[in-house]
Amino acid sequence: MNTTESQTTLRDDVDNGVDVAALLAAREALTAAPEAARFQWRARTEWANGTHSRTTVEDFTGLGTGHVHRQAFQFDADHPEVFASHDNGATPVELVLAGLGACLTAGVAAVATNRGVQLRSVTAYVEGDMDIQGILGIDRDVRNGFSDIRVRYEIDADAPRADIEAIVAQSQKRSAVYDAITNPTNITVEVA
Amino acid sequence: MSTHRTTVVIVGAGPAGLATSRCLARHGVDHVVLERGRLAQSWRSERWDSLRLLTPSWMNRLPGDNAPLDPDGYLTAGELVARLEQYPLQSDAPILEHTTVTSLRSTTAGFTIDTDRGRWSCRAAVIATGANSQPSLPGPAALLPARIDQLHSLHYRNPDRVGPGGVLVVGASSSGVQIADELHRAGRSVTIAVGDHVRLPRTYRGRDIYWWMHGIGLLDERYDSIPDLARARQLPSAQLIGTPEQRSLDLATLSASGVRITGRLVGATATSAQFSGSLANHVASADLKLSRLLDRIDRYVPEHSGLPLDPIDRPEPVRLPVAANEIPLDQFETVVWATGLRPADSWLDPQLLGRRGEIAHDGGITAVPGLYVIGRPVTRRRSSGLIVGIGSDAVELTEHLRRQLDRSSTAA
Repeated sequence: MNTTESQTTLRDDVDNGVDVAALLAAREALTAAPEAARFQWRARTEWANGTHSRTTVEDFTGLGTGHVHRQAFQFDADHPEVFASHDNGATPVELVLAGLGACLTAGVAAVATNRGVQLRSVTAYVEGDMDIQGILGIDRDVRNGFSDIRVRYEIDADAPRADIEAIVAQSQKRSAVYDAITNPTNITVEVA
Repeated sequence: MSTHRTTVVIVGAGPAGLATSRCLARHGVDHVVLERGRLAQSWRSERWDSLRLLTPSWMNRLPGDNAPLDPDGYLTAGELVARLEQYPLQSDAPILEHTTVTSLRSTTAGFTIDTDRGRWSCRAAVIATGANSQPSLPGPAALLPARIDQLHSLHYRNPDRVGPGGVLVVGASSSGVQIADELHRAGRSVTIAVGDHVRLPRTYRGRDIYWWMHGIGLLDERYDSIPDLARARQLPSAQLIGTPEQRSLDLATLSASGVRITGRLVGATATSAQFSGSLANHVASADLKLSRLLDRIDRYVPEHSGLPLDPIDRPEPVRLPVAANEIPLDQFETVVWATGLRPADSWLDPQLLGRRGEIAHDGGITAVPGLYVIGRPVTRRRSSGLIVGIGSDAVELTEHLRRQLDRSSTAA
């Protein structure tokens, strides 16, 4: 999820498919009604077999009411064969990298539009390093998660390199998934 | 209780209050300056020992100040206090020290101001208490164990008063980098936690960076021409230090000297301090912002001198070693919070306050006729928080104030 910053140079000839005017209007409306800005995102994960599960995303809350996606989205997740499993889906950690790539890229599109830059193509190559001694419990000093994540953007756009770099930098500033990964978040897990 | 009367009450005898007083005196406007402590109190008691201004002295004359100065030097806090002490003597300014204002109320004729030494009644008032009255502390401050000494940069004085163990400096503003640098030079093991920051070289093309920022019109940029004013008003102070040798002080020089650089302090467990993984973004953003400024300066040179631009070495982009996300708390004996300061406006009528509990204003002019604020960041121009901007703002706001006094006296 990514929203624009308030420095706007909208141009009629720039169309990246982002309705920046609507986002700016939403930002103004929510400044006056902060309770409406409280959203809750949800997912339901059903175990299939082994390390294979299927997650369904269909409804969320925000702007003071519930909403339903146009369709229910489903994501299979599994472990690969080298993990002695069956590769019925991407690994959960790859889904996290997908979330990061998607969030930053949505932000690039929004910020570019806000700054009057026409994008032609944008590709994010996301890499996450992980020492699995952590998750296998072999070494206490090795963390379970990523030791390092790198994102490399290849962007073809109507703007000097410095402007494109600034768009990418701004996208990180307002990215929900970037924040979720770089900063701690409380997670509470209970059994019903 | 008897009430003292005057035309204008100025609250605060720092640079902003004194400049306002001089501008009123020039036009014969009856006024008094109420100061809770001594003149320039915060510059006496809330600055560390080695502090020098970030700005070269040619920028630091208040309106009508004729005392000699070394234009290219950087004043120490003590030197600034000495200048501020002699400045009101030039105009015989009416300053009441050791007088704390406790409330300000709007009346039909102007304002009633209560102090611990009596009540004042006036037709106009100028809040010149500054923006650096109380420390801002982030959430993680409450999570640190009691054995760690914590002090805010407002209370830092010198390395001798900081324990011998490891120090975590939180915040890479001008205070943060200067304190980290000083403690490191004094032999401490120093870590600095870095979030949003502003990188500037001390000099560029042989001139102080402020010389350029003045020349390109950046310092005088009007508040109402700035696209994201709220953000501009919250920008951290630049990573600069005022030294005779004019050295630059940035994360690269700190890191090369042996200071450990981490991301923002975002939490603490029972045993570890947690740092954000966003350091690379903050560093890249600061370098991009610096490049834009230097580009703007480079466009100015040929436009204004007719001379071609010599190729020049730009400061290298900052490259840092991989930063730790978690550091055991037992590595730190002291935490210095260089996390910013806020104005203290809670004594004002709540109706006068805006979103962040700070006095609401448009270019220093509040919604209440006759009530003004001066000396806040970007009050009227980018340099409003600096002495040079305070002087210009004082001239403009007192002009507005005098017109307001004329209007209300003809209406009466």
